[in-house]
Amino acid sequence: MKRNVAIIGTGQTKHVSKRNDANQAEMVFEAASRALEDAQLEIKDIDAVITDNMELFEGRALPDMWVAEGAGAYLKHQLKIATGGTSGSSAAIAGYYTTASGLFDIVMVVGFEKHSDGHTFAGMALADPFWDRPVASAAPGNFALSITEYMASRGVTQEQAAKVAVKARKNALNNPYAHLHIPDLTVEKVLNSRYIAYPIHLFDMCPQSDGACAIIYASEKKAKELCENPAWVKAAVTRHDTPYLGDHINRLATIRTIRECCNIIYKKLGITNPLKQFDVAEIYEPVSYAEMAWYEAMGFCKEGEAGKLVDEGVTSMDGELPVNPSGGVLSTNPVGASGVIRAAEGALQIHGKGGKRQVPDVETVLVHGYGVYTWCDMMVLSSHL
Amino acid sequence: MGLPEKVGIVGTAQSKYGLVLNKTIPEVAYEVVTKVLEDAGLNIKDIENTVSASVDLWDGATASGAFLTEVVGGVMGSETRVADDGILAAFHAALNILSGDFDVVMVVAHCLGSRGTHYDITNWVFDPVYQQMLGLDYLSSAGLQASWYMNKYGLSEEHFAKVSVKNHRNAFNNPYAYQPMNISVDDVLQSEILSYPIKSLEAAPVSDGACALILASEKRAKEIAREKGREPVWIKGMGNCYDSHYLGDRDLTECSALTIAAKRAYELAGINKPLKEIDVAEISEPFSYQELLWLEGLDFCKRGDAGRLIDEGITEMDGELPVNTSGGMLAGNPYIVAGLTRLVETVEQCWGEAGKRQVPEVETALAHGTTGPCGQMHCVVIVGR
Repeated sequence: MKRNVAIIGTGQTKHVSKRNDANQAEMVFEAASRALEDAQLEIKDIDAVITDNMELFEGRALPDMWVAEGAGAYLKHQLKIATGGTSGSSAAIAGYYTTASGLFDIVMVVGFEKHSDGHTFAGMALADPFWDRPVASAAPGNFALSITEYMASRGVTQEQAAKVAVKARKNALNNPYAHLHIPDLTVEKVLNSRYIAYPIHLFDMCPQSDGACAIIYASEKKAKELCENPAWVKAAVTRHDTPYLGDHINRLATIRTIRECCNIIYKKLGITNPLKQFDVAEIYEPVSYAEMAWYEAMGFCKEGEAGKLVDEGVTSMDGELPVNPSGGVLSTNPVGASGVIRAAEGALQIHGKGGKRQVPDVETVLVHGYGVYTWCDMMVLSSHL
Repeated sequence: MGLPEKVGIVGTAQSKYGLVLNKTIPEVAYEVVTKVLEDAGLNIKDIENTVSASVDLWDGATASGAFLTEVVGGVMGSETRVADDGILAAFHAALNILSGDFDVVMVVAHCLGSRGTHYDITNWVFDPVYQQMLGLDYLSSAGLQASWYMNKYGLSEEHFAKVSVKNHRNAFNNPYAYQPMNISVDDVLQSEILSYPIKSLEAAPVSDGACALILASEKRAKEIAREKGREPVWIKGMGNCYDSHYLGDRDLTECSALTIAAKRAYELAGINKPLKEIDVAEISEPFSYQELLWLEGLDFCKRGDAGRLIDEGITEMDGELPVNTSGGMLAGNPYIVAGLTRLVETVEQCWGEAGKRQVPEVETALAHGTTGPCGQMHCVVIVGR
């Protein structure tokens, strides 16, 4: 890291099942406009734009063309990142590189997805045509396989998973942009909801959302000029793994990409007790069980103790390390935007603009993105340069 | 002037373009990855990050960048994907290096154009509200642009045909070219009209292939190149720019995004008189007329004057500015790969390793990539010794 970079503004749409009133370019415009307003900037102040989504979900080719103007990229540097579920977090990291290059001072990242325009399940099913497509494609199916392995190896229960699902939806009530607002959700209701694929109940799973999210990065000089509490990027690391699902043994229990990202980042930043040293974590949990697996991999607890962490409320809003004050992916999942939302919500906590979901005195935030091949992007944001 | 730090190119590789019927996508990519590592004298473990370029719809799979993970060292490695032309992936890879987070970054672009339906995929680039339903695709919109260009500046179909004759002839010198042809202006004019005034011999053929490049920070680039007994080729300048998406909002004969992209690249490279200062140019011309129009946008001549460049042989192999000594896209490079191919060709020219298509004493070369309807995105990279 040669040059310091900070997130100075964020903006998102109200995420919903179906935006009948706006198309993809208009949703992108909405999120970008809100980020500009938040940073008190005008579009002419933006030097470069990174966009991202999973274009096959909507059946678009090169959607960066259509949404360019909505993202404010007219006559500017733009490119589109697409790495599957991690698209948003990869775009957020790409925005950091773009700003840290020294070639651009202010860079906007806009992630978007309009699931209602396409057929997400069909999109997800287009895994490798020889090996994976016929057996274990799409999210719930392949999650179910690895979740049962994880439960068996760590003794996590369906009740504990349901508690994660309830925590997320409870937090989402504090977030005006979250998709799912389910005020009366209980553990019992989660357990009584229908199975999607054993052991995943309907309420254990994320929704499909229409939405967009934008963040604005600035160089050190600009960030200090423009933002009262910049969210400085302290580290950004990506690790991918083999895309063949059959090559992953004990996928959730192992999740070696998260472990490796944490090894690198914790060593770099001197983090020995993440539960104490992070003030907030915004992690990518498409299914309740995954959140517990990620806790273990991120070193929030010892292996096999994630359920206990949930039982004791350690990661609840008033716990030692609030995880996903936004309501997380379990409450909102426009896939291409979801990784950007993690970075935006993390930065928002440092900006002190979290409203009802604000955690007090936030200094250090862990931001995480996940994709179905166990891919991992990780960033640490800090209030200190 | 100049990039914030030097970024060097230390290895290049191309596949033999054409129709690939007996290989999978990872196999096609593996071939160029192996070759580029060999060219740079590196091991896959030396690659710290890979930026690939591919598009889901061309690959017929979601998050299709995953096809490359295992062949680019992405298993427990760092990797990302630009869902656009490979030249943008190279641009982003250079930003990766400038950020200081990486010293050696590989760029790989692939596209098996023959596996998709060209009309459908390029039709799906257009916004679905207004333009897609008109049936526009890259070809029909290019017809509109070419007609407008002819009418505005008095260029003739012969001018366009001459570009096709030149590039197909140049392709005989390029072992990677798909369709070298010895054809006359009359042959071109009498070939089937695809979308007036574009004839079948004036449109890039459907083809398959891959291309790769390795970039490195100044210190590493010098070390790596020294081992191979050569100097790195340096990125002197680069610029990328998006135009308005809606054809009706643009003057299609002005290519203002290209002018801006070129201006940014020239400023960084300190180029004032492109025709004098650039020794060879590789320009993405999916259609013959575009080579002329882009020459104007690149400021090699005044507006409407590009017909003279081809008439006077200025862009021939032995002219003042040889253009597309490789045979260009007309001789057969797939979309998405084409821009990176242009960059690889210019690097090989700078090294003096371009074989029979070598232009003598190349100091500075220009590579151009474009995607989107009628050149909505333009990217210009200047390389030099």
